[in-house]
Amino acid sequence: MKRTSLSEYLIERFIRVTGVSVILFLALIFLFLLREGGATFFEVPLRDLLRTRWYPNEGHFGLLPLVMGSLLVTVGAAVISLPLGLLTAVFVAEVAPRWVREILKPFIEVLAGIPSVVLGFLGMLVVSPLIREHLGAPTGLTALSGSLMLGYMALPTIISVAEDALDAVPKSYRDAALALGATRWQTIWRVTVPAARSGILTAMMLGVGRAIGETMAVMMVTGNAARLPLTLNSFLMPVRTMTATIAAEMGEVAQGSTHYHILFAIGLVLFLVTFVVDLVASWTLFRQGRRYGRLLS
Amino acid sequence: MRKSPAICILLVLLVACRPAEGEAGATGVAIQNVGSDTIVNLALAWAETYQAMRPDVRIAVTGGGSGTGIAGLVNGTVDIANGSRQMKPEEVDAARANNITPVEHVIARDAIAVVVHPSNPVNRLTLQQLSDIYSGRITDWSEVGGENRSIVLLSRESNSGTHVYFLEQVVRLGDKHGTTLFSPDTLLMPSSEGISAEVRQNPNGIGYDGLGYVTPDQKTVAVAADPGGPYVLPSIETVNSGAYPIARDLYMYTAGEPQGTIADYLAWIRSSEGQVIVGELGFVPLSSVDW
Repeated sequence: MKRTSLSEYLIERFIRVTGVSVILFLALIFLFLLREGGATFFEVPLRDLLRTRWYPNEGHFGLLPLVMGSLLVTVGAAVISLPLGLLTAVFVAEVAPRWVREILKPFIEVLAGIPSVVLGFLGMLVVSPLIREHLGAPTGLTALSGSLMLGYMALPTIISVAEDALDAVPKSYRDAALALGATRWQTIWRVTVPAARSGILTAMMLGVGRAIGETMAVMMVTGNAARLPLTLNSFLMPVRTMTATIAAEMGEVAQGSTHYHILFAIGLVLFLVTFVVDLVASWTLFRQGRRYGRLLS
Repeated sequence: MRKSPAICILLVLLVACRPAEGEAGATGVAIQNVGSDTIVNLALAWAETYQAMRPDVRIAVTGGGSGTGIAGLVNGTVDIANGSRQMKPEEVDAARANNITPVEHVIARDAIAVVVHPSNPVNRLTLQQLSDIYSGRITDWSEVGGENRSIVLLSRESNSGTHVYFLEQVVRLGDKHGTTLFSPDTLLMPSSEGISAEVRQNPNGIGYDGLGYVTPDQKTVAVAADPGGPYVLPSIETVNSGAYPIARDLYMYTAGEPQGTIADYLAWIRSSEGQVIVGELGFVPLSSVDW
């Protein structure tokens, strides 16, 4: 009896430590980025960071083209992958007959395992020539190519997680809706999808998170030109993302130089963006959850 | 006790490994050779040939860019740093601060070839035109005698020695105090292969790279130093004679005067035997070796 309670105590402790360590690691990563990147804000005036020219070799540290570049590519990827991912998840979970589903699910999971450098090659040699020839862009290495590759990479994550969420909706919800005379379409869009919204939102966050942080494929297909993308045709022009900048330049910088600090500051910006996106998502969910809770009670 | 054979094998392997490592450490013949991507193939070819002649010497060659190699030399992790540019004064200062006196060795010459798509009718450009193209003042091929197409600028990443050399020698036309920059529209490619892949398939593209990296499926442009001057295609003869305007020396840097094996290796590189390999890889051999 004593033995059981001791081992139970240990296991409980262990689980608590693993749980807390997630927060601890997150805090440590943040502190590390702050320590290495924080010096930037003393070395370079904020005004210079908000300029539009990025050429660190000669002290041009304008971050705007990089931030806008990442934003453009990520928004493009989200626009492509979110609707496609959600619709595929609905099809797999709700519409497809059982045997189709058994075939589709493993294939979608295999997609998630394709290394990003392979997708980068595919983008460079197949997608970008198509974009140049058919969309009239001067070069195929564009923000759109990056968005397409990222959208493709985010899809398996979005589909798998959203599909699991839809799957977890109790059958009684669907039965009730159908019993009330709702069509299958109405059941899916008015009952099942809203009931799984928290899981679906998580799926979207994970997908977008993958898109913001992805580096290799983006570096290979976006052309890495640090120009400020302001007009709509920027999708058909090259861009330079924050991640590609860190990856391309980190190898060469002298440790402790301003350029070195600023690359960590870019990492800090990336970290904060992801953090805020997640925070906003959970907050919306929380508020919605309370409202729905009240309606149901 | 069933595991014992595996352990025996492991022990034998460990014992077999140790003397070799010990030797390498004792006589210092494991050479770390890091730096310029322009030189990396050349350095590999030298290392392979030299190791075949001298099995006791191990040479580990890595690329990563001139800055990477020099940073390694400054930190003391690299024995020989390959540079496609000279060390900057601040890099020399950083080395001195670490009690390292970098010594420069010219090991080959290189020309930067300007390449376009084979279907591009433009055959020749002046340095001034190249500067205007890369700084964004000329944006259409028709302005330099080509078709009515916008120009897509391709460059190596800014940590590449080739990039820095092209900026100083072509974009700024050799003006040390110039502040002209690459146009923000310049595509910075992470590798030589990235540039050649794009030039091969995009009729709008213009790129530059070491002569050793130009493949026959790209078209090399003849370059003139002055508008009236002769247009010269890069080749071993035109580079050594000084007629081709975008050519440079390639360097290896050591920490202090090289000693022992490293000195032997550098001497061999600069011998006619080593310079034959330079020619084979499309670089330009040193015409006179002053060792």
